[in-house]
Amino acid sequence: MKRLGLAAAAFLLLLALASSLYTLDETEQAIITQFGEPVGTPKTAPGLYMKIPFIQQLHTFEKRWLEWSGDPNQIPTKDKKYIWVDTYTRWRVKDPLLFYQRVRDERSAQSRLDDIVDGDTRNVIANNDLIEVVRSTDRPFEETEEDAGIDTSAAEAIGKIAMGRNKITRAILEMSRPIVAEFGIELVDVQIRRVNYVTEVQQKVFDRMISERRRIAERSRSEGQGKAAEIRGQKERELKGIQSEAYRKAQEIMGKADGEATRIYAEAYGRDPELYQFLKTMETYRKTLASDTTLILSTDGEFFRFLKQSR
Amino acid sequence: MDLGNWRRRADSVIDVGALPPFSLRGRGGLVTRIVLVLLALAVLVSTYYQVNADSVAVVQRFGRYVRTTDPGPHLKIPLLETVTIVPVQRQLKAEFGFITDRASVRSQFSQNENTLAESLMLTGDLNVAVVEWIVQYKVKDPYKYLFKVRNLDSPTRRGESTTFRDMNEAVMREVVGDHSVNEVLTVGREKIQVDAKNLLQELCDKYETGLEVLQIVLQDVNPPDPVKPAFNEVNQAIQEKERLINEAWADYNQTVPNARGEAERVVRAAEGYALERVNNARGDVARFVNIYDEYRKAPDVTRKRLYLETLNEVLPKTGRKLIIDSSMKGLLPLLNLDPIKQEAK
Repeated sequence: MKRLGLAAAAFLLLLALASSLYTLDETEQAIITQFGEPVGTPKTAPGLYMKIPFIQQLHTFEKRWLEWSGDPNQIPTKDKKYIWVDTYTRWRVKDPLLFYQRVRDERSAQSRLDDIVDGDTRNVIANNDLIEVVRSTDRPFEETEEDAGIDTSAAEAIGKIAMGRNKITRAILEMSRPIVAEFGIELVDVQIRRVNYVTEVQQKVFDRMISERRRIAERSRSEGQGKAAEIRGQKERELKGIQSEAYRKAQEIMGKADGEATRIYAEAYGRDPELYQFLKTMETYRKTLASDTTLILSTDGEFFRFLKQSR
Repeated sequence: MDLGNWRRRADSVIDVGALPPFSLRGRGGLVTRIVLVLLALAVLVSTYYQVNADSVAVVQRFGRYVRTTDPGPHLKIPLLETVTIVPVQRQLKAEFGFITDRASVRSQFSQNENTLAESLMLTGDLNVAVVEWIVQYKVKDPYKYLFKVRNLDSPTRRGESTTFRDMNEAVMREVVGDHSVNEVLTVGREKIQVDAKNLLQELCDKYETGLEVLQIVLQDVNPPDPVKPAFNEVNQAIQEKERLINEAWADYNQTVPNARGEAERVVRAAEGYALERVNNARGDVARFVNIYDEYRKAPDVTRKRLYLETLNEVLPKTGRKLIIDSSMKGLLPLLNLDPIKQEAK
């Protein structure tokens, strides 16, 4: 009996020790409550701690940055474009006491974040044009050879970027931050994970992209035809140039030769033009009088003079 | 079991003096000894740990971080200290827009709805592109890596997104959102990789992830499937343009040198003509001068001789000859030229 009592006492002692000692991991923080009332300061440093067993209770919370993912939601932008916006934020329990008092546990914290961050996302997106959500700067796009001169942007993509993606996410963050701070929650960042067109709009965007590409293709083809025609034109021009140049040179050369020949003839024949005429005439007779020629000769002529009379 | 025998054998391998003192009396002593040996083994096992060359070990005592140990064999306080191995040297990789099913010489990849949702994004000109990429990273700060962010890069449940994946998607969309679809598909790839890497590193530092982003590499970047044929059409049109231009140049290159050759020929022919013309002239003149020189000596006789010689030569060759008296008038009515001509033929 005495032995049994001793064993029971030892067991109780062990139980008390086990419920009074607790460790906190690097990733944990805790508060202690006594009859439901928080006591002492929150324990945010890791290590081994003691509490009064049975009457004090331990509540541990995460100390790390925790996930939160927005509900991917169809939101109209200021320029009436329907888009899916999928945001995320990372948050942590900044003030465990406040956190415990206001939201108790992580699950209800997530649900508060849903209300607050989703709502602020909706507000900020609805107050901005789509292009502001997509772009972050208004740097001009680099032109590729392919699309030079053809504007492939959607009409609503043109214009100054007043906010840009970064300022929009920061605006959501700034709106949500003070509200969640009341729950002992700190937000580090809000980011837009995905932005997409809703299905019907997406089809229209695809159609637009297709027609743009067709335009580029068409222009490329006509550029090819134009360039080819230009080359053919150049060819014609050069042909004409070459041919006329050759003609001019040939005429010059021949003319010069003709001139030279004329000079030579004139110089020689000038000594006795009458003789030249005579000789040339005789030569011509030889050449022109053939078997099919009918000669009608008068006895008046020099040659037949002797037919009528010998003198 | 024969105890003496066991003891003798144990003596031969273990220095008995180093062992804790045993009670060698009775059966109870045996059980105690076995328990003690097992306990000693358990202590030894939970005291010793080893760290591979590509890792470091983070040691926590009562949950509190106490030290980081380098590769090699190490000891820790059993039960009170826990060890987590972090592969800091290993290069880690995450894929977006596709999944490597089996990595080998020819790796196999697959895609599904999830990966498509990851890779489909809006470009800065409000077009749509499908961008696949990988990120290579490693653990820079094991302390932050383990203790600062929950669910950082290895999902607790299959298919669940991690903080690191969320960061990647947000960053890639931010960068692609500031480039036109043409830049994304062609000239802007390099810049997008660098910009995304820098932004991701910034975000990694902001969230205290302890990760170092080594590089981001864009993989396949495509227009969305319904638009692909139109993009191919552009490529075809560019080919066609090149072909038309090449054909025109080919024609040009064939025709123009031909024309130059022809022009050269024309000029040469003219030169030939010139040579001939002048030489002929000189020849004619030489002949004339010779005749003239002789003619001058006896002009009358020579002239008559030349005349008669010519007629002598010419008259026999001609066809019909009509010799008409000078007093005869009105010859033409009598003469039908056509029959004469026909007869002559």
